[in-house]
Parts: sequence; structure tokens; C-alpha cells
Amino acid sequence: MSKRTWQELPKGAVSYKSSMDYKTGDWGVEAPKIDHSKCTKCTLCHFFCPEGAILMREDGYTEPDLDYCKGCGICAKECPVKCIEMVRK
Amino acid sequence: MHRDGEKIMAKQKLMGLNGDEAVAYATKQVNPDVVAAYPITPQTIIVERFSEYVANGEVDTEFVAVESEHSAMSTSVGASAAGARAFTATAANGLALMWEIVYIASSLRLPIVMALANRALSGPINIHNDHSDGMGARDSGWIQIYCENAQEVYDTSIAAWRMAEHLKVQLPIMVCLDGFTLSHTMENVMTLDDETVHKFVGERPFIKVEGHLGEGEFRLNPEMPLTMGPLDLQDFYFEHKIHQVEAMEEALKYITDIDKEWAEVSGRKYDYVEPYMMEDAEVALIGMGSMVGTIRYVVDELREEGIKAGMIKLRLFRPFPSEAIKKAVGKVPVLGVMEKCLSFGAPASPLMEELMTTYYHDKEKPMMKNYVVGLGGRDVSPDMIKQAYKDMLKIKKTGKVDKLLTTIGVRGE
Repeated sequence: MSKRTWQELPKGAVSYKSSMDYKTGDWGVEAPKIDHSKCTKCTLCHFFCPEGAILMREDGYTEPDLDYCKGCGICAKECPVKCIEMVRK
Repeated sequence: MHRDGEKIMAKQKLMGLNGDEAVAYATKQVNPDVVAAYPITPQTIIVERFSEYVANGEVDTEFVAVESEHSAMSTSVGASAAGARAFTATAANGLALMWEIVYIASSLRLPIVMALANRALSGPINIHNDHSDGMGARDSGWIQIYCENAQEVYDTSIAAWRMAEHLKVQLPIMVCLDGFTLSHTMENVMTLDDETVHKFVGERPFIKVEGHLGEGEFRLNPEMPLTMGPLDLQDFYFEHKIHQVEAMEEALKYITDIDKEWAEVSGRKYDYVEPYMMEDAEVALIGMGSMVGTIRYVVDELREEGIKAGMIKLRLFRPFPSEAIKKAVGKVPVLGVMEKCLSFGAPASPLMEELMTTYYHDKEKPMMKNYVVGLGGRDVSPDMIKQAYKDMLKIKKTGKVDKLLTTIGVRGE
């Protein structure tokens, strides 16, 4: 996401976009990669994610939302079947 | 001419006011929406007088009797963000207690007006005048004006609103008056009538900003929500600091316009830098606040003795008017920098450092020496000022500055 120059930003440090549009996923160094062939759909990763960045899909599998994932690795640590691997971006 | 283009030289009334009363009376005439303040010597009279105006129904102001200066500045920030004209006053340790919010007020671009009755910072505890409080806040992003007398305090307390609220500026402003020397000393003050002051300050104008719902006025409004003061990290904070640098540059351009407008209404003209007897001066002092009156008096005495002395009153410290200072200093061979502040462990005191930086790249510049006086309210007498001039004459004769900084009036120096 290209960000505005100081000349283009509104004065007083006002937010010119909703926080939903402020993508924070680029903060992280690593991102989770989920191997759905080993996944048991237990959804523990979804509940443990401190950022709400592991989304639930209709088919029961989970999927990382890389727009907001900070790459902390808690999902990989907690996964009981070790189907989540942290991959360097 | 004033703001509406109507030509007036207002009728004026002579009043006996001390500096604090001059602030309170001027602020009464401005009739701001919110005043939030906590009493602290030597500023207390401002809040006392103003609370009387509120109790007597002479103003429409919402007066918030806060429990600390931290809350006083927080209240002012909230009120100003909501679109109100917010005023507060403090001194020394009060300013120290509101510190974090002082920076927030300027970075959120809220045009708050604050009277600062300059007082020595504790400890040991001291309630008298020096500039350690104001100088400490020199990097806080506030405009700072140092007043010479109660008349200037009155005039500046009105003009300050227009300077702060100028659409190109939008910065908070400190109106600095020396504790006791100005704050508690009664002087003749020419005052304008309420209506003229109302017309001069008008209504607070607002800049337009782009919020997350589109463009709107820069104020908190439920109809057009804005987010002020959000988390601002590595990716945006730096840019927002550049906004503040730009605002100060703009302030340097536009404050003079307000001074001119005020001169048209009141007949009293102020400049960023006010030189006296500088045309042919061989030695000159530059200073701020009430002591410049004494320096001017000493210059007259020295001139009678045939010494080519001059002086410069510096009124605007932030933004720092480097070019105006250079113009005022001209070709004077020796410039003494007299200030009521010490920066422990620094090569010199704040004003000296600013001036050295201003001149560093110039081929032609005066020899400069820093004279620190009057800490903790110690009297700055004509004799002490003469001592500085004598020292400068020696520098002129020898062509050498023996040391960068010296104190005057300390036992054992």
C-alpha cells in the first residue's frame, strides 16, 4: 500500500481512512501457512489468534487474513496436529 | 482598518492592572468558551479574577475548576477539539505537570491560548521569576511570546487568539509574562472596549480536513465524526511532525499580520524583534521579557556617557525569527545574550544556542557572549547590566571572547 506524503496528509494527524482500511499485516516477519490435508478443523488457531486474523471458512477450515496478521506464530504453536508452519515473508 | 474593513481607532480606557489582571481582563473581553485552570503562584490572580467574571455573569465561559494542571491542559485539549475557544494559565511546576498534554495540544493543532507567568522550576522550591519553565517547553511545538510590560501582556492576550487560530497556523500559543515583575506589579494599561475586542477576535475559524467520512471542519462533531489523536506509528508519525515544522514556518509569516491589524485597532505596534539604538551600536544586548526595559534604560545611561550601546528586545521566541534578528543585529561587533535560564551540561543557555546556530554559516557575525542573570527571581539591576556592557567593551577591545557563558550576580563568581 503506498502511503501519502506529508503534503497530502490531513492536518492534526486526523485519520483519513477507517481503521479497517489500515492494513497492519506488513508489520510481521513471518506468516502462517496452513496445511489443510493435515487440519482437523478444530479451530483452536482461530480462537487463540490475538488479532482475530485467522478467519473461519464455510467449509470448516481456517485461513489467515494476511492484511492484519502480525506473524506472532501463536496459531502454529497451539495447533494440536502441527499443520501450521510459519514461513518467512 | 480592522477585520470587517471598518476604520477605527478605538476609544481606550486607562486602567491600573498588574500583568495577571491584564491577562484576565483581556480574556474576559475575548469571552472564550472554556477556561480550565488550576491556581499556581504567580499565575493565581488570572484564575481568581476570571472566576469572579464568571460568578458575576460577565462572561459566557464554562469555567472548569480542575484538580491539577494535567487536567487543565487535558480539558483545554478536549474543549478545543470540540471547537471551543479554550484558555488556561499556569507557571513553572504547573507547566511541568501538564507536560505530556502540552505536546499533544500542539501536535493535534489545537489553537489553545495559555498564559505562562514565568517562574523558576523547583527544586529547591522557588516561586519567583526566571525563564526555566518557558525555555523547557521550547520544543513543545507552541508559539511563545515573551512580554515586556503589562500593556504588552494585555495586547498580546487578545492578539494571541488570532495568531493561534490563523488558518495557516493552527497552533497553541503561550503568552509569557515574568512572574511577580509583571504578574504582580500594577501598571497603567490602556484597554479597548469590549465590542472592539469582540470584533477583532471574531469567531474561531476552522480548517477543512479529510476524515474517514470525507471532508469536514476540523472539530469534533457527531454529525461528521473525526478521529483525533489516533495511534500514529513508524509509518505516519514522522510526516505529522513535518506538519508542525511547516506550521511554525507559516506562523513566522503570518503573526506579523495580526500584529499589524492590532496596531491599526489599538495604535500599539509590536514586532518579533525590537531594536533600540542599534544603528551605530558597538556593543549590544539581546534579551526577553521584563528585563529588556531595564536594559533599554541602561542603554540610555551609557549613551550619555558616550558609549555606543544598543539593545534588542526579542518578543517572539517560537517560531525563532532568525532573519529579523540578523537584520536588527546588523553589523554590531559584540552581541551579549542575556537570559534567565541555565541548561545544565549544555555549552550555553537556550537563546545563546539558537543565536549561535543562526549565525554559524555566516562569514560576518558578531562576537557573542552569554550572560545568565536573575535565576529564581534575583533582581536584574542596572548595575549588573552595565557590568555586561563593560565586559562586551573589553571583548571589543581585545577581539577575543574569554568564555562563552558567564553568570552575573552570583556570589563567588
